[in-house]
Amino acid sequence: MPSAASAVATYDNAKVLNRFELTKRLIARLKSEEAVIGGIGNTNFDLWSAGHRPQNFYMLGSMGLAIPIAFGVALAQSQRHVIALEGDGSLLMQLGCLVTIAAQQPKNLTMVIMDNGLYQITGRQPTPAAGTADYVALARAAGLSKCAWAGDEEDFDRLIDAALADGGPTFIAARIDDNPGVGTTDRDPVQIRQRFMMGLGVRTKV
Amino acid sequence: MHVGSIVLETAKPAIAPWYEIVQHTLKHNDVRLVTYVPDKVFIPLIENLHADPDFLTFATAREEEALGIVAGAWMGGRRGAVLMQTSGFGTIPNVLASLVVPYQVPAIIFVSERGTLREFNLGQALVCRTMRPVLESLAVESHTITRHDELEFIVDRSIKQAVATQAAVVFILSPLLTGGKMFEASGGLSEAKPTIDLAVRLGP
Repeated sequence: MPSAASAVATYDNAKVLNRFELTKRLIARLKSEEAVIGGIGNTNFDLWSAGHRPQNFYMLGSMGLAIPIAFGVALAQSQRHVIALEGDGSLLMQLGCLVTIAAQQPKNLTMVIMDNGLYQITGRQPTPAAGTADYVALARAAGLSKCAWAGDEEDFDRLIDAALADGGPTFIAARIDDNPGVGTTDRDPVQIRQRFMMGLGVRTKV
Repeated sequence: MHVGSIVLETAKPAIAPWYEIVQHTLKHNDVRLVTYVPDKVFIPLIENLHADPDFLTFATAREEEALGIVAGAWMGGRRGAVLMQTSGFGTIPNVLASLVVPYQVPAIIFVSERGTLREFNLGQALVCRTMRPVLESLAVESHTITRHDELEFIVDRSIKQAVATQAAVVFILSPLLTGGKMFEASGGLSEAKPTIDLAVRLGP
């Protein structure tokens, strides 16, 4: 099994997982009101469907900014761990953010990339990176030393636990299938933002 | 009647240069995170912010990213500002329209105005023409600042308004204020270095 501590998963040997299942597994491991930023489309749909938490933020536009937004939250609240859930196509929109984060080294930031090689939500068109680029290799080349492919579900759990315990920045990529998001987030940006700020303790009342 | 170039040329040593006023006003308003994609006009501001331990200042790869970071920071309780040049503004309308405006994020944005008053690059001149129509179409507050004596008033009050109303504000710093960027051969900035140590005057 790739989840054995000695085995290092690669793109080629990583099991193809499911975004919603991974999102549920991630949420189940959060015990300290960690903030989670869901990127545009399926990543935030599945975050929403996994069960709303006050510390969840759902992006409705600004494709590619889940990681920068999460980084900003991490800078503002250094005691809170912040996780960005981002799709592979979205990451391609803002690959440069990886070098910024590598330069700044926020210890409380974890990036989770869901890679199906597709723009699933727009009709399953392959991304320009599909079958060619390796996101973990890109992250490593950007200067992020803690980066890994999730070999399977248990390996994903282990990587998340390590990221939360040891500090980051950590970059975790998972190969996923082409299933669409399970639900649809309520699209009320002011409510999303206000709830999130209350969940982070920045706001105390509506 | 005010003539901007005369103000620059006759500035008294006791008057802080524009970039020190911006730095001081940001600090005074507890805006102490600054992300930027650089511009030559902003060199003294960027250098001073980096040198000031009260600020966390760093470059990003792209203006959208810089804006996303300060949006996240604000939601986490920390105020931030973004610096960019006119062409950088051309990259952010999607983020303004889909993040900053609909989520009511009081982003504080400084744009070094290129493309006018002796611009030498047609690309800059054209992108400059897109900036104000974009801001107007999004109903984003903006001020073109030309006068040194109005700078602190506009920036200070507009930051307070941005925070109070949860709405972004864009400060377009005109070459009339900053000296702008001219032909490379001319040496760029015409403004003198500060003659007083503002950091000492302001204290920590």
